[in-house]
Amino acid sequence: MNLIAEIVISFLLVVAGTFGFLGSFGLIKFNDTMRRLHAPTKATTLGVGGILIASMLYFAIFLEDVSLHELLITAFLFITAPITANFVAKAHMHRDVKERELPQPEGECGWAGYDEVGDEAQPIDTK
Amino acid sequence: MLNRILNRIFPHPQLTFFLLFIWLLLVNTVTVGNVVLGLVLGLAIPAITQPFWPNRPKVRRPLKAAAYILLVLWDICVANWTVAKIILFKSNANTHSRWITVPLDVTSPEAITILAGTITMTPGTLTAMLSADARHLLVHCLDVDDPDAVRDEIKSRYERRLMEIFE
Amino acid sequence: MITYALYFAVICFSLGLLMNIWRIRFAPGVVDRILALDTMVINAIALINIYGILEGTAIYFEVSLLIAMFGFVSTVAYCRFILRGNIIE
Repeated sequence: MNLIAEIVISFLLVVAGTFGFLGSFGLIKFNDTMRRLHAPTKATTLGVGGILIASMLYFAIFLEDVSLHELLITAFLFITAPITANFVAKAHMHRDVKERELPQPEGECGWAGYDEVGDEAQPIDTK
Repeated sequence: MLNRILNRIFPHPQLTFFLLFIWLLLVNTVTVGNVVLGLVLGLAIPAITQPFWPNRPKVRRPLKAAAYILLVLWDICVANWTVAKIILFKSNANTHSRWITVPLDVTSPEAITILAGTITMTPGTLTAMLSADARHLLVHCLDVDDPDAVRDEIKSRYERRLMEIFE
Repeated sequence: MITYALYFAVICFSLGLLMNIWRIRFAPGVVDRILALDTMVINAIALINIYGILEGTAIYFEVSLLIAMFGFVSTVAYCRFILRGNIIE
């Protein structure tokens, strides 16, 4: 039983470490900011999630100290990762991407970050 | 009358239980005192913050929402594998990144937010922007040969399920 | 076995931190620096948790929870500053 637990926890730790490393490696490997965004949002989040689940299992099985804190941190990271990525993408497009480099949506309105339409035309009330 | 009083005390019953659950996770021990304190917080915070959320999302089918969360968790693992392969084995010149637009059928803001987050967490795609009339999403693909297939997969795999849950 | 896996993970995340520092030093723009800093926060959370397992204490979870929250808020604040010129309007 303990051996199986050890194997599972070690496997989780090794996989998480590999993905964490790959996430940071992608950050220096890719040559374009939008591409670089892909690596940390996905790989690093799974990396840290794997570490947290491994630590939860370790504390529950070997130290008999059941704790659900890690679930909270993992959920927090998984929820905030897309929001962070979206914010960074918007900041990047605001600084470095011209609107004519993007495909245009059908309809009258352009993309929200570039469009100059007033608030009345927006179906989602942001006030 | 009773309904209105209940509405005053419990403006958002799900939020109350959610806050209680989060509080118990934070203190990490379940005792009577902690449950009472969590309930007090769960009653006080929705009452105080009520002006900030006039419309609340309606989840029609909680079971389908749970199935959706499991599906997304599985897809996150697949996404990592895909992105790891691209990082390790593809040179920069060989990676074909491009923008695609995804027309939206879902209309509620919560569903659009969840769809955008899902797209970011799943294989090789990342939501960058929403169009001003909230009918299109701008998605960046890391490595794609057939943009239409990616768009169709997003629509059939995630958006259809979200529509079942929210609308 | 777990100890060796832990050392492996420590090495991986430390190399990740070094690569993030490299990216912060040689970044083409300010957005890349924000991205690298955000990745650094996540790597730091992982390292703190590994240290918690190595020491066998649960005290580090509070630390990593706080760092996760501060990291998220500061990344959003940076991006917002670039987008709008100020943070609270």
